Amino acid sequence: MSSKPLKQIHLAAHFPGVNNTTVWSDPAAGSHIDFDSFIHFAQTAERAKFDFLFLAEGLRLREQGGEIYDLDVVGRPDTFTVLAALAAVTERLGLTGTINSTFNEPYEVARQFATLDHLSQGRAAWNVVTSWDSFTGENFRRGGFLPREDRYSRAQEFLATANVLFDSWNGSEIAADAGSGTFLRDARAGAFAHRSRHFDIEGHFNVPRSPQGRPVIFQAGDSEEGREFAAAGADAIFGRYGTLDAGREFYADVKGRLAGHGRTHDQLKILPAATFVLGDTDAQARELAHEVRRLQVSGQTAIKYLEHVWNRDLSAYDPDGPLPEVDPLVGENTIALGRASVRQFRDPLATARQWRELARAKSLSIRELVIRTTADQTFVGSAATIAESINTLVQADAADGFILVPHITPGGLDGFADSVVPLLQERGVFRTEYEGTTLRDHLGLATPAPVPAPAPDPAS
Amino acid sequence: MSVSSSSPAPLHLAVALDGAGRHPAAWREPGARPAELFTARYWAGLAAEAETGLLDFITFEDGLALQSSSPTGPDGRTDRVRGRLDAVLTAARVAPLTRHIGLVPAVTATHTEPFHISKAIATLDHVSRGRAGLRIQVSELDHEARHFGRRTAPFADGELYAEAADHVEVIRRLWDSWEDDAEIRDVATGRFVDREKLHHIDFEGRHFSVRGPSITPRPPQGQPVVSAAGDGEASYALIARSAEVGYVAARDGDGTRAAVAAIRRAREATGLAADPLHLFGDLTVFLDADAPAAAARLERLDALAGVPYARDGAVFTGSPGQLADLLLERRAAGLSGFLLRPGVIAHDLPALTRGLVPELQRRGAFRQEYEADTLRGLLGLDRPANRYARPAA
Repeated sequence: MSSKPLKQIHLAAHFPGVNNTTVWSDPAAGSHIDFDSFIHFAQTAERAKFDFLFLAEGLRLREQGGEIYDLDVVGRPDTFTVLAALAAVTERLGLTGTINSTFNEPYEVARQFATLDHLSQGRAAWNVVTSWDSFTGENFRRGGFLPREDRYSRAQEFLATANVLFDSWNGSEIAADAGSGTFLRDARAGAFAHRSRHFDIEGHFNVPRSPQGRPVIFQAGDSEEGREFAAAGADAIFGRYGTLDAGREFYADVKGRLAGHGRTHDQLKILPAATFVLGDTDAQARELAHEVRRLQVSGQTAIKYLEHVWNRDLSAYDPDGPLPEVDPLVGENTIALGRASVRQFRDPLATARQWRELARAKSLSIRELVIRTTADQTFVGSAATIAESINTLVQADAADGFILVPHITPGGLDGFADSVVPLLQERGVFRTEYEGTTLRDHLGLATPAPVPAPAPDPAS
Repeated sequence: MSVSSSSPAPLHLAVALDGAGRHPAAWREPGARPAELFTARYWAGLAAEAETGLLDFITFEDGLALQSSSPTGPDGRTDRVRGRLDAVLTAARVAPLTRHIGLVPAVTATHTEPFHISKAIATLDHVSRGRAGLRIQVSELDHEARHFGRRTAPFADGELYAEAADHVEVIRRLWDSWEDDAEIRDVATGRFVDREKLHHIDFEGRHFSVRGPSITPRPPQGQPVVSAAGDGEASYALIARSAEVGYVAARDGDGTRAAVAAIRRAREATGLAADPLHLFGDLTVFLDADAPAAAARLERLDALAGVPYARDGAVFTGSPGQLADLLLERRAAGLSGFLLRPGVIAHDLPALTRGLVPELQRRGAFRQEYEADTLRGLLGLDRPANRYARPAA
């Protein structure tokens, strides 16, 4: 280890809006909609020299048992619009938006990302996600048309199509020479044609090549297809593992796939999402972390969570009592729709059996079991402990950095910026100033040259 | 709001921003900064200038194809501005840099998802604290349809406008799908929202159905301002059914009166006659010290472009005083404001803000300062009640 140069850590911040890791009942919790919250959060991340800000996505309000879910934070603004506005109040921070490839069209999304990249001078990133559920599809023209097995093929083709559009301007077309009257050097600017299984489009893309050429591409997902998709074309993967062993295994697996796609080890950054609870001392942080978990998992929340597995109404059960003796209903999940149903456990009967055993062995109530079996905090401790943990994981190749998810909106990042970041900087593993201006600069990624369009096939 | 001809209500003024200006040679003029058309700095500068002039709003023109002088596809010209940024994002980018002026991006209904547009404009309203609108438009262009590959032209004209009206209906229902006080953060019951105040919109139309509710809470204005251009019966029907501001591109007083009457009739037919509807004259302007100077400049621009400037709508050349005369005269034809299109933004936008505006102010026909913080406020439009909210007992 000692001979190896220290890796530089990448840090990013996930805006703590809609998700079950947010503690909305804390008196310090502010609005997750008001633009002032976004300004505060983004400017804190930039003050701390983070690589980027990250926005998640959800295109339908969650429902459970036929009713809109009312226990967690609900509501989020439009991703592109918020990121474009944030470009006005930040200078270097990368702006990453999660945008679905299922309920959009490549021409429009490519336009929006190319525009965002222009308006932010090279700070745009796209986390490409897929969806197939008809529940979300009910909000869109084409409905739930996509067979589940097609989601990656559409996503792959969507990204390939978007790349054709991004590359349809090579960057040298605009002369803007008033004297000679030449605005375009090349009348073919933006010309494209793309035919694949899901997309058959042609014409002219109308946004000139942006500062980064293409936005930075993120991909999330842990399936075999997800890992391959990331290795083939993503610049960064929104990983899932914040622990040493699982992280190292995932890291080695995904990085190991790069060579097969003609790519090098550094061309894909692995950045797991990570929660944290910061305290003055480790003991205080542990206490606080437990309190945060209790606030995140109310009795009602625990029952609702259990319903995802049991696939039946469990509202009559006491969250402080034992797990239901009745078995889960096996089959299509009709209680939790949309994304919640995606989270369904492969074998609910086995999960229920396992949980009953665990609950019996440790005398856990429903609520305590849910607290214990759902996401634990990734980093808990004093600033020194958290800095040490992050650095250890990165130097051990369990990750290239982390996307931090605070549990308070919008001030949840403040303490981290003030106390953990300086310790990482002292160790020489995190920047003290931005070295470049674009997100690609921050991530050490080259700006891609446009791939020339293939010559038209005379036979077609 | 009823615009009575006897009331000396101040005019409303908006400016349409597109590239370097309406004239195809505008980008070659001094100060045009053609190399900066794709930068935030350029758009922020224009918005700031418009706000200096106390204008009601700016529109950000847009389209889903490369600009062209031909309706069938790119014209292959290299001597004109080609390429443009997405209007909604550009409006959002300048929102935090402005404080009063309304921001009205163009949106094409034909190829977009009303769910996405609804939350984008709601969010523009959130980030601008109540200054958002949109200009809804349709696209009958076959080459634009091929950018999406889902539908093929020709589209029946009326059908595109009917679809756009459905699009706006969905957008509006989604804006109302959250009642203003849906977020309750009730620690005692553990409920973040009151689900009784969130509503499925269950829109079923010919081209799409949308279930709702929105993912974005109701915007500050409740309903951001919807606007659309009118140049024929089908578009008049869209304005009548869907808009709070309609743009009328008539060449003269008689044409304006006829268009205004047709839109008002269509409005009555929809049963919305009691709801306020602003009709704005849509006019391209070349402003100089006097009429000969403006005409000479237009001539010079035409020579550069190689063709005389001609549009379906009206073109004005002359001094700020003459333009003020024209606007006040045209107001009598039933208009409450104007959407002015600078022929050359670098020249005519400052001529509007520093020439026309003081002239109108001297005549008591334009505001001396911003009197409201929201676009609806500037336009004298009330914040609408939520269609889904039960009236208080």
